[in-house]
Amino acid sequence: MDADGQNSAAAGSALAPGGGVDVVDGVVLAVSDFDALLQITLFTLGVAALGTALIFPGGVALGWLLARKRWPGKAVVETVVALPLVMPPVATGLILLKLFGRRGPIGGWFESVFGLDLVFTWRAVVLAAAVMALPLLVRTARVAFEEVPVRLEHVARTLGAGPWRVFFTVSLPLAARGLWAGGVLAFARALGEFGATVMVAGFIPGQTVTLALGIYHHVQLGQDREAFVLLAISAALAFAAVSLSEWILRGRTRPRTE
Amino acid sequence: MKLVLERVQAVAGSFMLDVDLALQGRAIGLYGDSGAGKTTLLEVIAGLRRPERGCVRLGDTVLDDVARRQHVPAEARGIGYVPQDGALFPHLSVRQNLHYGRRPRAVSHRPALSLEAILSALDIADLIDRRVPGLSGGERQRVALARALLAAPHLLLLDEPLSSLDDAHKGAILPCLARIRDEFEVPILYVSHAADELFALCDHVVVLHRGQVSTSGSPGTIFERISVPGYRLAPRSPI
Repeated sequence: MDADGQNSAAAGSALAPGGGVDVVDGVVLAVSDFDALLQITLFTLGVAALGTALIFPGGVALGWLLARKRWPGKAVVETVVALPLVMPPVATGLILLKLFGRRGPIGGWFESVFGLDLVFTWRAVVLAAAVMALPLLVRTARVAFEEVPVRLEHVARTLGAGPWRVFFTVSLPLAARGLWAGGVLAFARALGEFGATVMVAGFIPGQTVTLALGIYHHVQLGQDREAFVLLAISAALAFAAVSLSEWILRGRTRPRTE
Repeated sequence: MKLVLERVQAVAGSFMLDVDLALQGRAIGLYGDSGAGKTTLLEVIAGLRRPERGCVRLGDTVLDDVARRQHVPAEARGIGYVPQDGALFPHLSVRQNLHYGRRPRAVSHRPALSLEAILSALDIADLIDRRVPGLSGGERQRVALARALLAAPHLLLLDEPLSSLDDAHKGAILPCLARIRDEFEVPILYVSHAADELFALCDHVVVLHRGQVSTSGSPGTIFERISVPGYRLAPRSPI
């Protein structure tokens, strides 16, 4: 089967555990099955955490570059990074599908080097979560670094600190709260990712089903009770993540020298 | 100390600094209105802003030579910089701030700049375990001065260090600055709006106006000239 062209429903049926389990019956996601609920919840938390962790170092570095440096192409990079915020998520998913599919430039390379498919696997769920969360992280990181007074970095340099030491001993610690808050926001965004995920990872029970995909699936089947259970879990996780982000930001002591 | 800025031009946004200066002395004052270019000039000397043209030398060391593409980065210049608010690192303790740029090896050649001597001279020994946010304005300035001195600088740039302090704190810190100049033998380039500070500390004053040197001389001469009604800071055009 052509990985690029797989249809999510077909993939769901074909790859359901046990081969004979029909997801249309709702058996795989039955909310009476605590293990299935736990699996979906943990899987969602896991891919969101992994996606956030993957983009965190690069997102922080890009936020710093945007806040502190002038370089050719800066405006273009800034716009490209922000695109997933404003484009329809399914459009972003389609782009990812074409880039990371087995015949795509990146997916083809990945498969030839590592012998692994990206799309329609759990890796694609992580990829979609990471790409959709990146703009939030970069924007928050940029603001966090912009709030660090430049004169503190200047003084550090006159005290003999090179650029790396200035970054790790002044800029990063003073921006830390903003960066953590950005990381939590990115994680929250990754938790709720749906449109890009369904395009690039499909609906494969036990492999790519997140809370958001599960809710959609049950609503499609008219299984409101199951959908609402997943919705409650999803809302609780989102509430916790946003509250944590707000708590971190509220506790932020702006760099003060007065 | 001999600091030479040879036909130096530097741009900061729409502002252009254009100076040709040779400074020598224990304490040089830089005087001028807001926007005259005093801070831009300090940034060029400190290596925090690259000039577009010209050459900067401290003693025999070339710090910037645009024509020869020479630029010594700020961290390698050995020039201390204390901005208006001291710019202490708020996430570090006073002790950590003091040790941030400390160079024990360099200080071993200049015993006057030992930690004990500086803590005593600036009267900050009892502040060393405090956190920065709990310090008063005057305490912050003294810690910032000590931190800059512990890096054993060849030149100390002070950008209006007393402007945010009340008279009592100013009165306490001015003698500290005089001790830095005399006992520690660290030359000072001192930016201020206040004539009394420049009188108290400097043996030479340079007046900047809109990015150019307007006049220079001893504090007495300069402020006598400036106090004359109708005197204009703008440099006279060459005839």
